[in-house]
Amino acid sequence: MNAAPLVALVGNPNAGKSALFNALTGARQKVGNYPGVTVERHAGRLALPDGRPVELLDLPGTYSLDPSSPDEAVTRDVLFGKQEGERLPDGIVVVVDATNLDNHLRFTLQLAALGLPMVVALNMVDMAERDGLVLDAEALERELGVPVVATVAVRKRGLDALKERLGEVLKAGHKLREGAGAQHDIVVLQRRARQIATAVTVSETAARRWTHRIDAIVLHPVAGPIILLALMFIMFQSVFAWAEAPMGWIEGGMAWLSDTVAGALPDGFIRDFLVQGLIAGVGAVVVFLPQILILFAFILVLEATGYMVRAAMLMDRVMASVGLSGRAFIPLLSSFACAVPGIMATRTIADEKDRLTTILIAPLMTCSARLPVYTIIIGSLIPERSLLPGIGLQGFVLFALYILGIVGAFCAALVLRHTVTKGATSGFMMEMPKYQLPRIRDVLLGLWQRAEIFLKRAGTTIAATVAILWLLTTFPQAPAGQKQSEYSVAGRIASGIEVVVKPIGFNHDISLALLPAMAAREAAVAAIGTVYAVDNPEDAQGEATITENLRKRWTLPTALAFLMWFVFAPQCISTIAVTRRETNGWKWPMFMIGYLFALAYVAAGLTYWSAVALGL
Amino acid sequence: MNAPAAIPVPVPLASLPRHKPGSVAMVDWSKLSEPEGRRLRELGLDEGVEVELLHKSGLLGGGPIACRIGRMIVALRRHVASAIHVSPAA
Ligand SMILES: Nc1nc2c(ncn2[C@@H]2O[C@H](COP(=O)(O)OP(=O)(O)OP(=O)(O)O)[C@@H](O)[C@H]2O)c(=O)[nH]1
Ligand SMILES: [Mg+2]
Repeated sequence: MNAAPLVALVGNPNAGKSALFNALTGARQKVGNYPGVTVERHAGRLALPDGRPVELLDLPGTYSLDPSSPDEAVTRDVLFGKQEGERLPDGIVVVVDATNLDNHLRFTLQLAALGLPMVVALNMVDMAERDGLVLDAEALERELGVPVVATVAVRKRGLDALKERLGEVLKAGHKLREGAGAQHDIVVLQRRARQIATAVTVSETAARRWTHRIDAIVLHPVAGPIILLALMFIMFQSVFAWAEAPMGWIEGGMAWLSDTVAGALPDGFIRDFLVQGLIAGVGAVVVFLPQILILFAFILVLEATGYMVRAAMLMDRVMASVGLSGRAFIPLLSSFACAVPGIMATRTIADEKDRLTTILIAPLMTCSARLPVYTIIIGSLIPERSLLPGIGLQGFVLFALYILGIVGAFCAALVLRHTVTKGATSGFMMEMPKYQLPRIRDVLLGLWQRAEIFLKRAGTTIAATVAILWLLTTFPQAPAGQKQSEYSVAGRIASGIEVVVKPIGFNHDISLALLPAMAAREAAVAAIGTVYAVDNPEDAQGEATITENLRKRWTLPTALAFLMWFVFAPQCISTIAVTRRETNGWKWPMFMIGYLFALAYVAAGLTYWSAVALGL
Repeated sequence: MNAPAAIPVPVPLASLPRHKPGSVAMVDWSKLSEPEGRRLRELGLDEGVEVELLHKSGLLGGGPIACRIGRMIVALRRHVASAIHVSPAA
C-alpha cells in the first residue's frame, strides 16, 4: 500500500483542468480556450505540503457521468475504474469555472454523490472579477460540504491552499455521504445547483460585454464568413511571406556547417556521407522550421482566444451539407498542423459514423510536413509574380493547394456518408467560451514544443531516412557515362516504381522520392536533394542547387502532378497507426490508404494530362 | 384560475428578438433526438431558466444561433432552438 494516492482532476470542459494540472505538476499538457482540448488521460506527480507524493490525472472534460462521446467515456471509465489495469482514484479535485457556476455546480453535485474524498477548485476567479462577479468561497464550502479553494490556474494562484486541503481530505479517507445519497435526476440537480450559485453570489454587475461585441462582428451573417476566410488566407500567405528571412539564416548556418565539416575531414567516404548525405539531407528539411512555426503560431493563437468554436459555428452549415457537423471543423483545423492530433481530437464527436468520416478525411488537410515539399516545388517552378499588391502568385498557389485539400475532403465526406459511413449525425451543440487574450508564454511554450518535435524528427526519422537513401543512391558506383541516380540500388528500385507512375507524369527523381516520403513527407525534399548531390558531387549543396536542378530537370506539368499527389496521397505512417488505434483495427486504415492512393493517382494523372494539353 | 391577461405568449427561441431575455416556458422534447435532449439538459436548459438570443449566423436563416442559457453561451442548430419556447420578459 505504498503507492502514491491517485487523484483525478474532473470537471466540465474548459474549466481549466489542464491549466491546473500543468501548474500543479509542471507538465505541459495542451491548454486551449475551447471545450474538448484534452481527449486522453495524462498522469503527473505532485508533492503535498507534508511531502507525500500524489499521482494526479488530467482527464477530458465532461458535462455528466453519462458520456456522449469517446473522450467523455475516458473520464467515466477512470472514475469508475473501468479502464483495464487501472486502480480507482483515491480522491478527486473538481475544477469549476467561477463564471459559470450554475452549470458547473450541477456536475459537482453529481460527482459529490460518488462519495470519494473531494476538493473543489473554484477556478477562473480572475475572470469572475473581470465580469464583476463576486463569489463567497466559504459559503460555497458550507453549501457543498466539501473544501472549496479559489484558484487562478494560469497564474498559479491558490495552489498551496489547494494542495493543503487535498492532503486533509486524502488523510480522512473515504466517507460515504449521508443524507439524500446519489441523486441522478439531472433536472433536480440542476435546480439545486442554481440555488447554490445564487446563494454564494455576493454581487454581480453587468460588465461582460466584450464577448458579445466581438461575437456581433465575427458571427455576423455577412462579415463572419468573410473574416474566417480572410484569417485562413492570411495564415497561409504569411507562412510564405514571413518565413523567408529566418529560412535564409538557417540556410546560411547549414552552409557554414557543411563547409566546416568538409574542411575538417579528409576526402573520402565519411566526408561525402556526412556532407552530401546527412547535412545536406537533414538541412534541406530543417530550413522549413520557420514556416512550420508560423503556421503553428496562428493555430495556437486561434485556439487560445476562443475563436475556434465560432469558426466551428460558421462552418456548421457547410459541414452539415456533406454530412458532418461544425464540431468536426476543430479536429480538421488542427490537422493543418498534423493529422495525428487531429485524429485524436475527433474523440469529441458524438456519433460514431460522423467521427469515422472525420478521421478518414483528416489526412486531406494539408499538414505541416507537406509544406517543405510545396514550398520547394512552388519556389522553383512557379514564377514569383504578384497578383495583387501584397498577394504573390506563389502564396496564392499554396493557398489553392490548401483549398484543394479542403474541397477534396468535403467531396470525400459527401461520398463516404452516402456509402460506407452512412448513418446518423451528431448535430451541433457547443458551449461557447468567453474570449481571452492569448498568453504569450503559452503560445511560446507551444511553439517551443513543436520546434522540439520537429527537430527531433529531423534528427531521427529524417536523418535515418536520408542516411539510408544516400547509401542506396551511392552504391554501387556507376560506370562513367551512366547516371549515378539511375545505376544505384535506389535508382533501380525507383525505376521499378517509375513504371507505375510514369503515366501520371512522374519522372525518375519523383519515383525515387516516393519511398522515403512514406517515412516522413519532408524527406521527399531531402531525397530530391540527394539525387542531385550524387549526380553532381562537385556542385555546392543546399536549397539553391535543388531549385536549379528542379528547373532544369522538371517540366511544369510534372511539378503540378507531383504537388497534386502530395495533396491526396496517404504518405504518413503515424497517421495510419493512429487511425488503427482510434478505429480499433486494420479495416479503416486500410480503407483510408486505398481510397487516398486511388484519389492521388487519378488527381495527379488528370492534372498532368490537362497541363500537357494546355501546353504548360 | 384568473390568469392575468398580460402573460406573454411563448415564442420559439429562434424567433425571439435579439438581446431580449425571457424564461423558458416549455421545451418540446419530442422534436429533439434523445442525445440532443440530454445534451441540452446538461447544458442547463430547463423550464424557468433565463435565456437570451444573442447572434444568428448564416444568411437566409440557416446557420446555428448563439444563445445564453443561464450564464453559459451555447451554439445550437435552428431546429433545436425552435423546440425551445420562451416567454419574453414582461
Ligand atoms: N483567466 C483565466 N483563464 C484560465 C484559468 N484557468 C484556465 N484558463 C484558461 O481557460 C482555458 C481552458 O483551460 P484548459 O486548462 O484547457 O481547460 P480544460 O478544463 O483542461 O478543458 P478541456 O480539456 O477541454 O476539458 C484556457 O484558455 C486557459 O488559458 C484561470 O484561472 N483564469
Ligand atoms: Mg484539458
